[in-house]
Amino acid sequence: MKYSLLLDIARALLLARWKQTLVAAIGVTFSITMFIGLLSFMSGLNDLLDGLILNRTPHIRLYNDVKASGKQPVDLAAEYNGYYNFVHSVKPKNRRQEIYNNTPIIAKLKSDAAVSGVAPKIVAQVFYNIGVVSLTGIINGIDPQEENRLFRFQDYVTGGNYQDLIHVPNSIILGKGVAEKMLADIGDVIQITTPKGARIQLKVVGYFESGLQEIDKIQSYASIGTTQKLLGESDIYITDIQIKLKDLSLAPELARQYEKLFDVDAIDIQTANSQYETGSSIRSLISYSVGITLLIVAGFGIYNILNMMIYEKMDSIAILKATGFSGRDVNRIFTAIALSIGIFGGALGLAFGFGLSVIIDHIPFNTPSLPTIKTYPINYSLKYYLIGGMFSVLTTYLAGYFPSRKASRIDPVSIIRGK
Amino acid sequence: MSSTILQTKNIYKSFQDPVEIPVLIDISLSINQGEFISVIGKSGCGKSTLLYVLSTMDTDYQGELLIEGERMRGKSEAELAIVRNQKIGFVFQFHYLLNEFSVLKNVMLPGLKLGKYAAREIEDRSYEKLKMLGIEKEALKKPNQLSGGQKQRVAIARAMINDPLIVMGDEPTGNLDKKNSDIVFETFQELATQFGQTLLIVTHDNEFAARTQRTIEMQDGRIVKG
Ligand SMILES: Nc1ncnc2c1ncn2[C@@H]1O[C@H](COP(=O)(O)OP(=O)(O)O)[C@@H](O)[C@H]1O
Ligand SMILES: [Mg+2]
Repeated sequence: MKYSLLLDIARALLLARWKQTLVAAIGVTFSITMFIGLLSFMSGLNDLLDGLILNRTPHIRLYNDVKASGKQPVDLAAEYNGYYNFVHSVKPKNRRQEIYNNTPIIAKLKSDAAVSGVAPKIVAQVFYNIGVVSLTGIINGIDPQEENRLFRFQDYVTGGNYQDLIHVPNSIILGKGVAEKMLADIGDVIQITTPKGARIQLKVVGYFESGLQEIDKIQSYASIGTTQKLLGESDIYITDIQIKLKDLSLAPELARQYEKLFDVDAIDIQTANSQYETGSSIRSLISYSVGITLLIVAGFGIYNILNMMIYEKMDSIAILKATGFSGRDVNRIFTAIALSIGIFGGALGLAFGFGLSVIIDHIPFNTPSLPTIKTYPINYSLKYYLIGGMFSVLTTYLAGYFPSRKASRIDPVSIIRGK
Repeated sequence: MSSTILQTKNIYKSFQDPVEIPVLIDISLSINQGEFISVIGKSGCGKSTLLYVLSTMDTDYQGELLIEGERMRGKSEAELAIVRNQKIGFVFQFHYLLNEFSVLKNVMLPGLKLGKYAAREIEDRSYEKLKMLGIEKEALKKPNQLSGGQKQRVAIARAMINDPLIVMGDEPTGNLDKKNSDIVFETFQELATQFGQTLLIVTHDNEFAARTQRTIEMQDGRIVKG
């Protein structure tokens, strides 16, 4: 069959009613534009909010939790074996938070094919001394290079240079909130007290702004060596091992394995931050529903224009059938009209949607809690353009389906007899 | 004796309105290659209905219709469309030209659908048909810029484009004045005599009928003469 002839006829019918056709196409364009704009923006927002947590959170964290032992002495006693033993008010024993044998553990993890990076860390409780006032706080002892490679540390260091932690002895990067309370500028020397009572002076080399004010009021960063020194620990002391995986979804499974293998506690990112997943999926759901609703409305526009066209073109359909076009040919002509409205309107919509995204991407968006963000976030993923394009073709095809079928079933005799 | 190209055997058709009203009763006829036949009869006697059945557009009848010896019963809608496209040209009382296309393109459409020749050749052939009917000057106009007589001649050219086995007309001059009717009639006459075209034309014009080779007269759904 000659599709080009059917397309030719479709085009002629379409151009004869180009104003209405254009209105129908604009409906599709509008909905696809909104669909792309909305999804790109929402997804950008999701990435941003997820990034707040996910970028900086290890996929698996190994640590030693303070908790009561699962096996109490009575469970080990042979004569009470086979009984149910109830022990009330169990207390944890004095166990250090250090991870023992961390050097071989890190070496083993680094050779694991599923792991993309490992960074050791020390979490140290301290007091920031401001005159006579002491504020509780936390100093994270980190390997600045690894921390930056795995968790984009420098994005959050808003003043100073994170590498000074390595180059300047006894240096600290203060949380922005801590620095404000201590009135500490870069280059100043501050004093902290450790839980054991040692007083130590540290030089401020930068500010840290995570975007979460609660964190910035408490946490600061120092190198591992400095932290070990202020805690009075040896140079093998670390409390956490942060692991980044190649595939984030494997985290829960691997966390369980490492827990057994290394006899430590392990928490995966999914367990630690389950609320963020929920927020993201609900935002996507809302965007998709709005986009699809708009498309359905546009679909009705196409349905209307086609019905009107068929009503007007009864005579033409009758003569086409009388001169040898089959019902199927007529069906194809009207389906082609519907699809070309969808493809034309959809393609324009994709282009405008991209334009809208670019515009949103340039709207200034400054918030003190998000230091690295200067404009509204947009995710330019090709995925949304593919989905938008597919949806526009699909809806217009469905909108054209019933009118086209109706046209294909028109009985030429009844039309011709009516004249 | 030339060959039979179209034949009916005991065709019966009725409408349910609301009781059964027979419209075609026991129609048996044969049409030979090159015949110029007119069909006459009072209004409502079933002439149009007969033509719709013979042209394969109406399939709701009893009896047999054979075109070139081939049974039409049992063919699918798409197969019948092909039969109409290849073998039957139809001219109605109304011209049914598509205003979206030029006169030339209107004539070309059934030819393009058949696809026997290249588009370029179909265009030449369409132009020839228009020339034969004396309206080649109007080829590039839109149908709505033409007079009634001209439109009807375009419709005839369209019916002729695939060199059909038979051209059927349902009161093709019914909407035309005397002068245009004469032109259209002469056109048919010329097609019959010069090109040996088989024609089956319904008319209420007895003068027209008298000038054809053979006249079929109908009365209340039956063929009473011819
Ligand atoms: N769809 C229909 N339903 C019922 N009766 C019909 C229908 N179409 C035609 N008829 C009847 O069939 C008869 C023949 O009609 P027609 O073939 O148009 O006659 P003619 O063309 O000879 O004037 C008429 O009596 C007409 O009323
Ligand atoms: Mg009639």
